[in-house]
Amino acid sequence: MAKRKIRILIAKPGLDGHDRGAKVISRALRDAGFEVIYTGLRRTPGEIVNTAIQEDVDVIGLSILSGAHTVLFPKIMNLLKEKGIDNIEVIAGGVIPEKDIPKMKKLGISEIFLPGSSTQDIVRWIEVNIQKE
Amino acid sequence: MKPLEKACPEKKEYTTISGKKIKELYTPLDLADFDYKKNLGFPGEYPYTRGIHPNMYHGRLWTMRQFSGFGTAEDTNKRYKYLLSHGQTGLSVAFHLPTLMGMDSDHPLAQGEIGKCGVAVDSLADMEILFKDIPLDKITTSMTINPPAAVLWAMYIAVAEKQGVSQKVISGTIQNDILKEYIAQKTFVFPPKPSMKLIVDTLEYGAKEVPRWNTISISGYHIREAGSTAVQELAFTLRDGIEYVEWALERGLEVDDFAPRLSFFFNAHNDFFEEIAKYRAARKIWAEAMRERFGAKKPRSWWLRFHTQTSGVSLMAQQPYNNVIRVAIQALAAVLGGTQSLHTNSLDETYALPSEEAVTIALRTQQIIAHESGVINCIDPLGGSYFVEKFTKEMEEEARQYIKRIDDMGGMVKAIELGFPQKEIVDSSYWYQQSVEKREKIIVGVNAFEMKHEPIPTLQIDESVARQQLARLKDIKETRNSSQVKKNLLDLKRAANDNLNLMPFILKCVKSYATLGEIIDSLKEVFGEYQEPITY
Repeated sequence: MAKRKIRILIAKPGLDGHDRGAKVISRALRDAGFEVIYTGLRRTPGEIVNTAIQEDVDVIGLSILSGAHTVLFPKIMNLLKEKGIDNIEVIAGGVIPEKDIPKMKKLGISEIFLPGSSTQDIVRWIEVNIQKE
Repeated sequence: MKPLEKACPEKKEYTTISGKKIKELYTPLDLADFDYKKNLGFPGEYPYTRGIHPNMYHGRLWTMRQFSGFGTAEDTNKRYKYLLSHGQTGLSVAFHLPTLMGMDSDHPLAQGEIGKCGVAVDSLADMEILFKDIPLDKITTSMTINPPAAVLWAMYIAVAEKQGVSQKVISGTIQNDILKEYIAQKTFVFPPKPSMKLIVDTLEYGAKEVPRWNTISISGYHIREAGSTAVQELAFTLRDGIEYVEWALERGLEVDDFAPRLSFFFNAHNDFFEEIAKYRAARKIWAEAMRERFGAKKPRSWWLRFHTQTSGVSLMAQQPYNNVIRVAIQALAAVLGGTQSLHTNSLDETYALPSEEAVTIALRTQQIIAHESGVINCIDPLGGSYFVEKFTKEMEEEARQYIKRIDDMGGMVKAIELGFPQKEIVDSSYWYQQSVEKREKIIVGVNAFEMKHEPIPTLQIDESVARQQLARLKDIKETRNSSQVKKNLLDLKRAANDNLNLMPFILKCVKSYATLGEIIDSLKEVFGEYQEPITY
């Protein structure tokens, strides 16, 4: 059977409109051969989780600048847990203070990519960490 | 050119951060048909390439205006007083995201956002605290606010009135530039047409009632931050300016009545000479557009006055103290480019809003340029440089081509509906990211000269801010005259339906402590909401 392509949801929670990073990463992941769905701006945790389930994605990539990650990331992770989803890896990027990273990882977020990360680092991370039948 | 090759052997081609090719050497041949009187002129003379004032900074230094706001109005009021006591000369308000979107703090989408990216303002009550003991007849204030600009401006006017200061004498700026929101920053609420109507309302009201106020700050900053090249920033911003003028003329306003209050806002990115050429070209294109295209008669209508902010995206999380140097170089470009006011970013802004220590270094950077570097001694010191003049000319020509393309599309609103500027920016930002990853562009500490650094202290906004803000909002809603509020909101809606100038109605709402969210929601019922097409 042909390998199914890895499916990734790039999601923008929070109220900020800074979508440069989300768009650059969506395009780089697409160019790397993944299926990419971008949510557009200002998605609630509920919308993000529902889209991830409907689109049957393997990875959710959260992009945020506003500082609301401390409230919104736990909500997203709890919603995934409540719905019994354990086969989606969640990664995140944006303006996230280094001291928040341990807290975010404790929530179950697998990796945080800080400003300056290369899109190729993200591609490699996905290739290494997501195994598809 | 042997020596250059020797110095940088791996370089075959020299390009700016925008990808523009630069020759190794510029000579009089590059300015062969360049006529000083005709193409350049003196500082303070049309077309103002060399500056709008004959004496540049000798009459007055640029305004040192740090964009600032966080937490509650009390927190930010304290920061303003701190900055003013340390030599800052104007205020610039950063509102939190719910306010920027015209939502109250009790809106479900405001969760986690309260006081984070700026100060929380829901009603006149917050604004009164924000400017407590700051005399609005003596200080000028810039407010970065777009879809709800008319509302926040009305609050400011109301606070001034309470201080006994007439709207005739207050001075400052509202950003009020919706076009660049659709293009780049994405803080939009209403669709383009009603948004433009609201902006023309403020231009009209300002021209009559608040004569010292800059009713719009036509902004390239966010276009650049979203990933555009320098030329795209220049061209899209000026074409936005042209669009506002056209819409105001259509309303029947006289160009010379409102044009002197139009102001601009540009980015200062890393590529030093490209930025300087951009500011110089901007002044020239604008002066010509105002005089030739719109027939403005007053020299003040021809002036392109601008604020500059150093580039946020150029700051790096890696080795963050290097950001101080980046900011200093960018700020110097803005000063040599003749900016009227300047914000210097703080070294910690890739992590959080700036700490007091970091913002002090940023302000000191401006003071060192102003008082120690000597660059203000000579007026437009780069004028006449083969390279700078040629570069300015090329920037001008490339920007004009873009302006022409947008004219041909039927204007900027049409171009936005076609997704044209959005797509151009997305492509440029992707190109730049690729260049960095291929190491064609070097970023110190990121793709070269990497090393580990210790985490730096950052400002933390805790959730108690949200509790305080929600309590105040609840209190206002319980103690105000709610039947008066209801009536004022209804009058506002009716005026919107009747296509009247909304400023007087918004002022009435604000003064009765109608909240920002209530006012914007009332207008949404008439105007609808904008949904953007997604491009990447």
